[in-house]
Amino acid sequence: MADTKKLQSYSANQRTQKIIRGVVCILFCILSLLPFVLLVMNATRASDDIQMGVSLIPSGHFLENWKNLMIKQQGMQVTLWSAVRNSMIVSAPATILAVYFSSMTAYGIQVYDFKMKKAAWAFIMAVMMVPNQITIIGFYRFMLKLGLVDNYIPLILPAIAAPAVVFFMKQYMESTLSIEMIEAARIDGAGELKTFNRIAMPIMKPAVATQAIFQFIAQWNNLFTPTIMLTTDTKKTLPLFVQMLNSDQFRVDYGVVYVALFVTVVPLIAVYLILSRYIVAGVALGGVKG
Amino acid sequence: MKKRRKKVRYGKYGYLFVAPFFLTYAFFQLWPLINTFFYSMLNYYKRNGREFSEFCGLQNFQNILGLVSGEKAYVLHYFKNTFIIWGMNFIPQILVSLLLAAWLTDNKVRLRSRGAVKVITYLPSVITAASISVLFHALFSQYGPITMTLKNLGIIGSSFNFLESSAGTRGLISFILFWMWYGNTTLLLISGVLGISPDLYEAADIDGANGRAKFFRITLPLLKPIMLYVLITSAIGGLQMYDIPALFNVSNTGYVGFPNDNSTTVAMYIMRLYNSDVGKAAAVSVLLFIVTLIISLIFFKFGTSNEEKAEARRRKKRLSEGGGC
Repeated sequence: MADTKKLQSYSANQRTQKIIRGVVCILFCILSLLPFVLLVMNATRASDDIQMGVSLIPSGHFLENWKNLMIKQQGMQVTLWSAVRNSMIVSAPATILAVYFSSMTAYGIQVYDFKMKKAAWAFIMAVMMVPNQITIIGFYRFMLKLGLVDNYIPLILPAIAAPAVVFFMKQYMESTLSIEMIEAARIDGAGELKTFNRIAMPIMKPAVATQAIFQFIAQWNNLFTPTIMLTTDTKKTLPLFVQMLNSDQFRVDYGVVYVALFVTVVPLIAVYLILSRYIVAGVALGGVKG
Repeated sequence: MKKRRKKVRYGKYGYLFVAPFFLTYAFFQLWPLINTFFYSMLNYYKRNGREFSEFCGLQNFQNILGLVSGEKAYVLHYFKNTFIIWGMNFIPQILVSLLLAAWLTDNKVRLRSRGAVKVITYLPSVITAASISVLFHALFSQYGPITMTLKNLGIIGSSFNFLESSAGTRGLISFILFWMWYGNTTLLLISGVLGISPDLYEAADIDGANGRAKFFRITLPLLKPIMLYVLITSAIGGLQMYDIPALFNVSNTGYVGFPNDNSTTVAMYIMRLYNSDVGKAAAVSVLLFIVTLIISLIFFKFGTSNEEKAEARRRKKRLSEGGGC
């Protein structure tokens, strides 16, 4: 009798716990989404209304704000679309270089035995934590000497050396790549590079996809290096365009600012939701810090 | 034996495969790093539109640290700003993430839609930081919708302006960082909790331990390595903090964080100097490098020993399980 009562109170306690935790989790979800909801709502409101306070009801001024944005951006050297295009020109090749050459480096260390192997791995681990901000002065002066300032090359080529991606790829290879498969390919007469491209890369596909997503996000969102390296307005990337929204020219008309932010944020959210399964799994594998 | 010989024969390919990485790294990272150290000991000046430089020893360091009369130790102020903003973001972040990680892995009280919670709370970290900074600035500016609503509800005084208050601006930057990254930290901690052997929890259940005891006696101690990892990556990332403060509440010319220079970070200072005073900018970079290095070394001192081995095993296990991602 006493036992059933205890059991009942136990399960009642479980239920309250479940409700409390559920409510807290929902509140955190709302917290994470609310700024984006406000962004979308404000993009549809007139600038004067926005100053009245928060509203969760959409209004009808989206097209008007959109037209104003199109007019305003004509005064700028870079338009929204050309900024998107510039970002694409930098991000896509940089992502491909990062995942391909990182896989290659990881493969070289994983599959072959050479004298400097241990030292090479130790070096990659050591430099994983050295951030761009520290080398930027030397980097800028060096590129200035080479005449590469205001060029996309210094934003794209360095992606070949991405220590964190190499680390992730090596971890993945340890558990999926067997030396027997590679030896079988050799017996069939495949060259070493061909073995890597045709045998190893397909096996690495899940890791490559995950890392490609993270690298692309990191490149797409990069503000620091392009701020220093790109001087011509027409070459500016999307984050630099966003920076211009903060100028006084735009600050007077908030409807326009929200519409512009809408264009930079909402497609990213859509892509994220489509790929979220891979992204969330990828973070758990420790592959996020680019 | 045979296998080993074969590997040796192919050894030279190893060099070829790692060559692109090392050549690129040397060219675009290592050489610039060495140069940065070199520049930090040069005095740059312009005459007749041309730039000259001369060796000046540690003069730049003395200048940025304010050891010379007429120079102010701005960099110390900016380090202080950076640490305050980072700390106010990290402490709530790790606490909330721990709570969420414990709840989302609890099999006794199984919450529904755990996947959705993970996806939604992680969302802000993939969005362009520049856009997020401008968005929050718009929402919290003097006549921004959130400011106005808070005023209408009487939560803040009618004359309060987030952007004119140091605490308001720093607090908001910290909040943005918290908001962006707590989902990420939760996911990392969840993968840590899942790596803990279920046997331990079963044994604790048999001994009659309650949820609280299991959390404090099993989960928390065994999460130490991954929490250390989170702490160090966050601290190093925090030291380089740029995107959010540089677009949030700054001067028109950029790189001065209002109010009273109290939201200027070290990376913003480097940005301010890179074109006008190379030597000084390089000295700030070197200082940042040294502080980053010290933090990394502290990590390696704590992070080695058997804890790290357990961590490596856990990672390996997770990788083999998650092969289908």
